[in-house]
Amino acid sequence: MSAALLSVRDLRVRFGDVEAVKGVSLDLNGGETLGLVGESGSGKSTLARAILRLVPVSAGELLWRGEDMRACVGSELRRRRRDLQIVFQDPLASLDPRMSVGEILAEPLRIFEPRQAAAERRGLVGEMLERVGLSADMAARHPHEFSGGQCQRIGIARAMMLRPALLICDEPVSSLDVSVQGQIVNLLGDLQREFGMSMLFISHNLAVVRHVSHRVAVIFRGRLVETADRDTLFAAPAHPYTRALLAAVPDPKRPWTAAEPSVVEEAVVPPGSGCPYRDRCAYAAPACRESVPALEAVAPGHRAACHRWREVVYS
Amino acid sequence: MTILAIDDLRVHFDRRRTRLHAVRGVSLEVAAAECVGIVGESGSGKTQMFMAAMGLLAPGAEAAGSVRFEGTELLGAKAAALNRVRGSRLAMVFQDPMTSLTPHLTVGSQLSEVLVTHAGVSWPSAESGALRMLERVRVPEARRRLRQYPHELSGGLRQRVMIGMALLCDPALLIADEPTTALDVTVQSQVMDLLRSMRREIGMAVVLISHDLGVVAGLADRIVVMYAGRIVESGTAGDILERALHPYTAALLQCVPNLHGPRLHRMPSLPGQPPDPGTDAPGCAFAPRCAHVTQRCKAERPSLQIGPSAHAVACHYPLPA
Repeated sequence: MSAALLSVRDLRVRFGDVEAVKGVSLDLNGGETLGLVGESGSGKSTLARAILRLVPVSAGELLWRGEDMRACVGSELRRRRRDLQIVFQDPLASLDPRMSVGEILAEPLRIFEPRQAAAERRGLVGEMLERVGLSADMAARHPHEFSGGQCQRIGIARAMMLRPALLICDEPVSSLDVSVQGQIVNLLGDLQREFGMSMLFISHNLAVVRHVSHRVAVIFRGRLVETADRDTLFAAPAHPYTRALLAAVPDPKRPWTAAEPSVVEEAVVPPGSGCPYRDRCAYAAPACRESVPALEAVAPGHRAACHRWREVVYS
Repeated sequence: MTILAIDDLRVHFDRRRTRLHAVRGVSLEVAAAECVGIVGESGSGKTQMFMAAMGLLAPGAEAAGSVRFEGTELLGAKAAALNRVRGSRLAMVFQDPMTSLTPHLTVGSQLSEVLVTHAGVSWPSAESGALRMLERVRVPEARRRLRQYPHELSGGLRQRVMIGMALLCDPALLIADEPTTALDVTVQSQVMDLLRSMRREIGMAVVLISHDLGVVAGLADRIVVMYAGRIVESGTAGDILERALHPYTAALLQCVPNLHGPRLHRMPSLPGQPPDPGTDAPGCAFAPRCAHVTQRCKAERPSLQIGPSAHAVACHYPLPA
């Protein structure tokens, strides 16, 4: 079997006394989209930034096509970053307000293809603008002249200028109107079909993740708690937290039911070594105070970190 | 009994040489204890309408028409008169609790200040009132939170504090502008739960402003759909969610990403953009994005027609109910 495009092995990221990522392992294959779902503070964005080497990794391995990325420094790291691009949540804040859209899109080319002729660069910028649903004559305008959805198209165009092998999308639609979210999700899907890049799609909304992902990983307080292919995760979630996330998706066709009715989020992180979800969990048992559950195979390709996954699945 | 009556409200901004029309003649009533959901995309005028009502428009903006709250005209009222109702009878919760709380004051002193200012109570009893409110809005470890600063709280807790602050003086009307948009889905459902139970407890009316019909559906008795500064459809929650007449409402409903039903190859979305607020085309503002558009739609603006059971729609060719 060929090596995965990206392999993360027992990755840890520590900021002072806080461990934001507590030993995460995952694989991403070529052309595949992995949905990474979790709430604010779960470590999902930190994990993405660690993969991009924007925050220091404390322990664990990062393998890119089987090679250790942590050993990459200097010009080698710069070359690697060409393959790894990111789209941010806040489209306007992630674009330099003083630069024209054309300059924003040309910048990655200027850095990585310094000998390219200006006319050729302009041509590529125009093509990419058209490709993301804008028009080439918009290159002279500035970010504030565009709507949120259009700014996100610009952010995606910038990330795609260098044809990355992996596109990390960090909550790319969370700050957009629902009417526009679908446009952006569909654009990302179209670009993937055309250019074949892998995507790590980070979101707190499982309904959005369902549309883009081949596989889904759920992260809670720095640990993966469930991974499965998309259809399995939505049809037979085995972790109580995944179930809570599913129940929390608002749906105008269905009356709202509270995900975790009696528990307020971050009711003090329970001390000790038990399951980090136990204080919010409807299935918590004495065993859950004893040890942190490891990821166990629920079915082929489906793993969950819950002492009581059997009760959850068969309830 | 009507507590808020908006009549032919217009809001515009003058930017350099262009006049931007944010609200283009909206009339709306909110009854006591009722929850009205206001739905629309960015730029539909849903927020500016209530900023005008609260006297919170940005400099350079002008409002015309009438906004009466409990019989008092708010539009053009002096700050002193507005301050008598704002924060007490009429309260507002904003999208971003971080920017609406004061960063250098503790949660306790911000809450207490409201009671001292509006209810005229002493500081010590205001502090115990603040503690009771934090407990009512289910903030864990309320006593410790009183001494914390906003940045020490999570987004969900900050929004609970904001809601608690808004409810301190038992308002008759709470305006909640995208109160959960900045929050995770699980926290969102908890905050909506809180709004639902506080509404039952206090019996206040609620105006819930959101771009997401899925969020509004969980709380609203009536829903008003806005597009380009005008109301395009209004009715009971059932009318809007199950018997939408306007193609825009139907499209918005389609766009809410959901978990039920088959997974579609493409996620539903609404192509195009709302019209430029600086222009005023003669026809229906939604015509350029509408799947059912005709020549008439481009030439003649449909007015809001009120049908039986007060289900109103502004469309020449409403969908079959």
